[in-house]
Amino acid sequence: MEGHLNLTLKIWRQKNTQTAGKFETYQVSGISTDMSFLEMIDVLNNRLIEEGDDPVAFDHDCREGICGMCSMYINGRPHGPNRGVTTCQLHMRSFKDGETITVEPWRASAFPVIKDLVVNRSAFDRIIAAGGFISVNTGNAQDANNLPINKDNADDAFAAAACIGCGACVAACKNASAMLFTSAKISQLALLPQGQIEAATRAQAMVAQMDEEGFGACSNTGACEAECPKGISIENIARMNREYFSATFSSK
Amino acid sequence: MATTGLFLISFLIVHCGLNATIFLNDGGAAFNEGAEFMGTNPIIRTMEIVLFAGLLLHIVDGLRLWLDNKKKRPVAYAVVDGAANSKWYSRSMGLLGTLLLLFLIIHLKHFWYFSRLTNDLTEAHTLYNEMQIVFESPIVVIIYVLGCISLGYHLLHGFQSAFQSLGWNHPKYAPTIKSIGAIYAVVISATFASMPIAFYFHLIH
Repeated sequence: MEGHLNLTLKIWRQKNTQTAGKFETYQVSGISTDMSFLEMIDVLNNRLIEEGDDPVAFDHDCREGICGMCSMYINGRPHGPNRGVTTCQLHMRSFKDGETITVEPWRASAFPVIKDLVVNRSAFDRIIAAGGFISVNTGNAQDANNLPINKDNADDAFAAAACIGCGACVAACKNASAMLFTSAKISQLALLPQGQIEAATRAQAMVAQMDEEGFGACSNTGACEAECPKGISIENIARMNREYFSATFSSK
Repeated sequence: MATTGLFLISFLIVHCGLNATIFLNDGGAAFNEGAEFMGTNPIIRTMEIVLFAGLLLHIVDGLRLWLDNKKKRPVAYAVVDGAANSKWYSRSMGLLGTLLLLFLIIHLKHFWYFSRLTNDLTEAHTLYNEMQIVFESPIVVIIYVLGCISLGYHLLHGFQSAFQSLGWNHPKYAPTIKSIGAIYAVVISATFASMPIAFYFHLIH
């Protein structure tokens, strides 16, 4: 049943990448428990605009959990207290009346804050560009039956491809490591025959770019897997390590 | 970290197994014989150098990673709910490792220094006798037990983590590796911890 909440919000406000940020406290009242977390921020922003204040900048797009844009670190956890959901899928019924909610941006040197809760995640794009592609012949696509694929491999590749690149793994990791993201992007290709052409160099190139971007190392705490809204498994990280070792041995 | 870690894990089996002979309650006869072999055999003595090198590499590598990883998040989170997504000991390997290093310095001073660098080790004053003397102090016993607890948690994460880092995570074998790791961590740390306790309460003679 719908209820209404009065909440205290502690939100990170930062003018731009160069200036230092700080927390601002806001009171919001009459928040419907059926609202999503982003809609709650919309309500706050409407008021801020009416009052002539600067609204809170935050990333959002599809608001149905598939685009990977929303990126709020809520009460010490990426995408808030629930598992397997993005911030847009987090409903206000997950909070109690009178609660204080702390909202921060993803914090990592590889994800510089652009404004308030918006961070620059183009480092992910550059990791994909470094090796997340396959070579195919031009012209018509060949008959799918020409490419027999083991069902388990197809399932695992699909599960890895579910990664929406939101960066919750980096945000959750104590080392700000991007190993879960990078391993998912490597796995979705490594498991399929189409991905074999670049297999010897892909892991090396993407890991090198990942290090270049300033992400940390993996210490296997498993926090990324637990916080990933798409349930990407750390088995992908082990696969990436295998791919990386074999690429290191076989590359010229 | 993984390769040196697994190497140190293999060493602990030998160390723990040999020391457990004190529970034969034969006045340390079997233990002293083993200690004599470990102290004189040229292959073992060479492995001792490799062991110190492995330990040093593990420490230097860990320290380098810790310093490097710290730089990756220049502005810290105000609120972190770490318990919601990971085990505390998996996030505290550096702290546990530092405690272990402090313990190791005390431990090496007690027994390695005594048996290798002094001339005090004789037929009349064996390594077993030295253990009896050292473990008469309750403070030393407490330090050793705390050291073993740190070791247990360090191994609980480290064992399975090493396999994951080396890419050995397979749905068929991973549960077995995790179980073996947990059993290994508990058995090794409990066996080691029982030694100073047994000496202190004169359960073995």
